[in-house]
Amino acid sequence: MHRDIPDGPRPTDVYFFATCLVDLFCPEAGMDAITLLEREGIRVHFPESQTCCGQPAYTSGYAEQARAVARTQLDLFPQDWPVIVPSGSCAGMMRHHYPKLFAGDSVLQPRAEALAERVFELSEFLLRVLRVQWQDRGQPTTVALHTSCSARREMGTHEHARALLGQLSGVELVTQAHESECCGFGGTFSLKHPAISSAMAGDKADALKASGAETFLSADCGCMLNINHTLQKRKDAFQGKHLATFLLERTGRGEKR
Amino acid sequence: MTARHPLQFVPAEEFKARTRAATDDAHLRQSFRSAMDFLMAKRAAQFPDDSALQRQRETAEAIRRYSLARLPELLEQLERRLTANGVHVHWAENGDEANAIIIDIARRHSAKLMVKGKSMVSEETELNHAMEAAGIDALESDMGEYIVQLDGEKPSHIIMPAIHKTKQQIARLFAEKVPGVSYTESVDALIGIGRAVLREKFMQADIGLSGVNFAVAETGTLCLVENEGNGRMCTTVPRVHVAITGIEKVVEKLEHVPPLYGLLTRSATGQAITTYFNMISGPRKPDEQDGPEEVHLVLLDNNRSQAYADEQMRATLQCIRCGACMNHCPVYTRIGGHAYGTTYPGPIGEIISPHMMGLAATHALPTASSLCGACAEVCPVKIPIPDLLIRLRGEATHDAPAGRAPLLGQGAAKSRLMDAVWAGWAALYTRPALYRAFAWLATRFRALTPPVQSGWTASRTPLRPAPRSLREQLAERRRAHR
Ligand code: SF4
Repeated sequence: MHRDIPDGPRPTDVYFFATCLVDLFCPEAGMDAITLLEREGIRVHFPESQTCCGQPAYTSGYAEQARAVARTQLDLFPQDWPVIVPSGSCAGMMRHHYPKLFAGDSVLQPRAEALAERVFELSEFLLRVLRVQWQDRGQPTTVALHTSCSARREMGTHEHARALLGQLSGVELVTQAHESECCGFGGTFSLKHPAISSAMAGDKADALKASGAETFLSADCGCMLNINHTLQKRKDAFQGKHLATFLLERTGRGEKR
Repeated sequence: MTARHPLQFVPAEEFKARTRAATDDAHLRQSFRSAMDFLMAKRAAQFPDDSALQRQRETAEAIRRYSLARLPELLEQLERRLTANGVHVHWAENGDEANAIIIDIARRHSAKLMVKGKSMVSEETELNHAMEAAGIDALESDMGEYIVQLDGEKPSHIIMPAIHKTKQQIARLFAEKVPGVSYTESVDALIGIGRAVLREKFMQADIGLSGVNFAVAETGTLCLVENEGNGRMCTTVPRVHVAITGIEKVVEKLEHVPPLYGLLTRSATGQAITTYFNMISGPRKPDEQDGPEEVHLVLLDNNRSQAYADEQMRATLQCIRCGACMNHCPVYTRIGGHAYGTTYPGPIGEIISPHMMGLAATHALPTASSLCGACAEVCPVKIPIPDLLIRLRGEATHDAPAGRAPLLGQGAAKSRLMDAVWAGWAALYTRPALYRAFAWLATRFRALTPPVQSGWTASRTPLRPAPRSLREQLAERRRAHR
């Protein structure tokens, strides 16, 4: 899960792979993630032809369609720059499943492997590659953190996010009950098995609320939408936000370091 | 109150309807949640050192993979050794064959009563039904199994068969069904009642049946893990002992057992070791005082060989049936074991039932997972359960690739509609210009987003695209900075 980060010069340029959900449903989170990177002096390149990592088809058993979509993304990153993804589960897809998806293809497998090496989930990149050190500028608050399961298990996002939040002196991180349990999103799972998925989302919303946090954070747009829309249906004002948005708010939106 | 699930032979096809009934059942949800919390905490307490655990899991996985890689020869060696030890070895291709073998043994001994130690493989073959039809009583002697049998149910968990039942339900059941027993909620008294009934039966039984946790090829030893001592009774008191197990349970050497055993008990119930560990290597010898006169082993395939034949799916057979995957599964925790309608519920059931029962009956099971990965994280033999679920989703919705034999029920969930949906999806996401046009339209016409979105809006507000996509916002920003 934890990769070795080679010592080397700090990157000056990165690619940003927004993911289909962020592009259409959570663009602010994407903008905030880009701002965070730029504030560190990084040039952020957004390949215009990016679409989706291919995960929905992959996890539904439509490997051929997933491969076709993934294949299109392989061409997007010609320079040897890191690829930053503001979603743990899509980052996990590119990092761990692309090589499997192209296994046995003498041309594409090595390319998928080379790309996988360069893929970073946002919080991982901020913490471990850029080694950011931030000053908190916000009022004291309490937050809970929900990391998507693939982010947690494939990318270690919960630890990276926790460490970043730990730099913020005014932020108290509280732990909700069953913290590591899935929120029930699971891509097409939420459509195929609405009863189970709703039960899981409802329990997650309850646990986050019961934690006493003022808001909850997630590094995955999918989980965040799942939980927020569950709360909205209940007419509950309690809502979560993307980790990038929160980090930017706390450390000063628009401030140059 | 718990909705009573249809008990035996629940059709797996009706899975989805049962998940709704189960998730609506607050009582069931609460009791599974607290039981699973308890088991997860017990397990966690056994593994304080994660790196040590990871090393142990690697060892266990290596042992299981090594054993499976040599499965045909190990099975032959096991048969030779057991036969030399005086054990009769039988091979059964499916459940009916296994049952027929056991009934035949029973008839030869004019048996009236069989006592059973816990055996999930005998649940798989529906042995109790077959025995009943043959006019032979089969009595479960594991306390949990005894309880579910008394109530005409199937186990809801592979380790704790009656975990879905409350103390009060068991009290009522005993008062109703056990002659001369009055209602008591004292757990000790309830266990005492069960024990008293079973004690009698052990003495009367002509045959004892048990499962097998590990079969050691080199020595011809059948290892049985248990806590109640009923397994020892079943395998030593009656004149005949019949063990039944799946063909995958074999290991080569005795020294392969302790690493698996240590992880099995810790992962299952959070015990460092069980109260009983039985090693059976043959019938009573002339100079011995105890033990059965005859010992049989029934080795069941039941289409395990289908999983075996596939390099990736072979990992399914690494399983040592600890149940940790179900204890940690957020889906199992919500719906309980009966909803699956299969002998093996939870994540292991989702990956093994399609082989045993075919994809036609079970194709919904591999889809009943958010792929959160909790199962694979705790599995002591490191079965990559989510990968196997994805694989089975693909097999259920597609024909077998050219040159490969179809799986049982291959393509049972094939759907023109879904094929078209995914083809359309791929067409959109492989054509950036088309996608950009789509994103433009979706954001401009966001007010037209349907208010009801399939399963999503049952408990959530509709998903609506943002007013401007990220790429458009970036383009606007570029223009502004120019
Ligand atoms: S799949 Fe793994 S966790 Fe599940 S029962 Fe088998 S060994 Fe245990």
